[in-house]
Amino acid sequence: MFQILDENGKIVNKDDMPDLSDDELKELMRRMVYTRVLDQRSIALNRQGRLGFYAPTAGQEASQLGSHFALEKEDFILPGYRDVPQLIWHGLPLYQAFLFSRGHFHGNQMPEGVNALSPQIIIGAQYVQTAGVALGKKLRGNKSVAVTYTGDGGTSQGDFYEGINFAGAYGAPAIFFVQNNHFAISVPVEKQTAAKTLAQKAIAAGIEGIQVDGMDVLAMYAVTKHARERAINGEGPMLIEALTYRYGPHTMAGDDPTRYRTEDLNNEWEKKDPIVRFRTFLESKKLWSEEEENKVIEQAKEDIKAAIKETDKYPKQKVTDLISNMYEELPQNLKEQMEEYKEKESK
Amino acid sequence: MAQMTMIQAITDALRTELKNDENVLVFGEDVGQNGGVFRATEGLQDEFGEDRVFDTPLAESAIGGLSIGLALEGFRPVPEIQFFGFVYEVMDSINGQMARTRYRSGNTKQQPITIRSPFGGGVNTPELHADSLEGLVAQQPGLKVVIPSTPYDAKGLLLASIRDNDPVVFLEHMKLYRSFRGEVPEEEYTVDLSKADVKREGKDVTLIAYGAMVHACLKAADELEKNNINAEVIDLRTVSPIDVDTIIKSVEKTNRVVVVQEAQRQAGVAANIVTEIQERAILHLEAPVLRVTAPDTVYPFSEAEDIWLPDHKDIMEKVDQVINF
Repeated sequence: MFQILDENGKIVNKDDMPDLSDDELKELMRRMVYTRVLDQRSIALNRQGRLGFYAPTAGQEASQLGSHFALEKEDFILPGYRDVPQLIWHGLPLYQAFLFSRGHFHGNQMPEGVNALSPQIIIGAQYVQTAGVALGKKLRGNKSVAVTYTGDGGTSQGDFYEGINFAGAYGAPAIFFVQNNHFAISVPVEKQTAAKTLAQKAIAAGIEGIQVDGMDVLAMYAVTKHARERAINGEGPMLIEALTYRYGPHTMAGDDPTRYRTEDLNNEWEKKDPIVRFRTFLESKKLWSEEEENKVIEQAKEDIKAAIKETDKYPKQKVTDLISNMYEELPQNLKEQMEEYKEKESK
Repeated sequence: MAQMTMIQAITDALRTELKNDENVLVFGEDVGQNGGVFRATEGLQDEFGEDRVFDTPLAESAIGGLSIGLALEGFRPVPEIQFFGFVYEVMDSINGQMARTRYRSGNTKQQPITIRSPFGGGVNTPELHADSLEGLVAQQPGLKVVIPSTPYDAKGLLLASIRDNDPVVFLEHMKLYRSFRGEVPEEEYTVDLSKADVKREGKDVTLIAYGAMVHACLKAADELEKNNINAEVIDLRTVSPIDVDTIIKSVEKTNRVVVVQEAQRQAGVAANIVTEIQERAILHLEAPVLRVTAPDTVYPFSEAEDIWLPDHKDIMEKVDQVINF
């Protein structure tokens, strides 16, 4: 397992230490703390009925944000349903992320210049699509990459294998992440496969694979940066397995993790918390303080409050909106239905 | 004008659009150097290069995903699924993904993809090559489903499909690939994806069909003429969405209808057409709208195709029933 920062916030691998400025290190911490607050508030808002579909992210901050921090704006992200934080840090406004959760099309309207799809619900589909985006970049001669994420359970899908295999066959600039949080809802990773690592599945595609400490933000950043450089230099795709953990339930739709996980296991992973270890590291370099952290927390809470207000104010969907988003030019049947619903909506 | 088979007309359309638009990409299993298992893409890789016309690994689902991703990068993919019986492997990419992309992105992303795929019986193919599965894709909002029956239509419809900015499933009946030649203009032209075509005018009964069944209808109409029954034959060309206007206009004239499909009775699109007619023109009907279809079994073992596939005689029987109702 590739690691730079151990559980105690000590650098254990100086050679691979990424070249990050003090400001960049602080920005990484800021993003992780912010995202932890976002998770806590999202769970609360979901319980109050002010958000809809929500897949908790606490525990996965290093995996999600360390990898994202190594990307450039022109890189295209194909996220899974738990990967909303990457979208937000790629430029999706918070209120739109909330609209996605509630089930409003505007949540999926990526602003101009935000190169991403909205979160993919069909597990594995983002992998085959990533092969296509990456091939497109290669054919265009663009120096950018396609990046996608799935979970440990997702590695059992056919589309997972097909995606990495196609990208390999075309030498396409793609980075495939597996966030192994050890459970696919209630099914532990040992029941997905007899393979000892998920990274080794790269061998089947003939591409590079690596297993990384997904609770170590520096390792996640360094590996992603490396994969990106390889990809834009024409060396093909990479599969990166991040060993991580979700502290919360699978989603907020009634999953109860106490049915399948022990307290001991939770405690073991909480000791590996990505924020705790990075905080220790930054404090040892005099780059972080409680005061700074509280400032981030307050900022996050304020932003979330403002965003949920904006979400509330956003115009409700009409059937005519949904119809007009179906085709560039409406076919006969939808033209008729458009008239019907215009009439209904005018009453 | 040139005399072309349907497969030549298809190749001609692909060549035309590869030339016209550098974003057009043609790919699939064996479509490159081999020129396709039916020679539909013959010579195209030599002419346009491996970056425009290329082979893929053998995996339909990822061919769909590849198309989606390429479309997101501004390309105009024309992938091939070798036989439409293999569509089950790529059902998510087609129905679950590309058909929904414009909608789910709130009209900020589009999928100008044309999936070409052969299907259809009468040529003794092995299992799951000939199945008529257009009904499955016709039920998915966000797609258009096009089935040409002549070389002229094939070229014009394929050009229109490739230029369409929404996903089109373009199904090519294997029996029609080389069974006859037809007049095809050498220059480029398009055939409107929203319009059915009256292939034969008539006043006594309307026969509505698509694919190989258009020719069965025309043959039946010739026979019926001998008995002084004058049949109008409508070729749907696009089976989803359906050109209801052309159908209803004909029904109001003839007052009798038979809908004809090669697919099983519980499949295809015939039931949808019958419903549209009864909702819109019931007072113009002198008899119920009847269907000619295959029986509701799995597609036949190849030696049984002759007794299973609907033909002009089945059509004449149903016409007899609606005339003498």
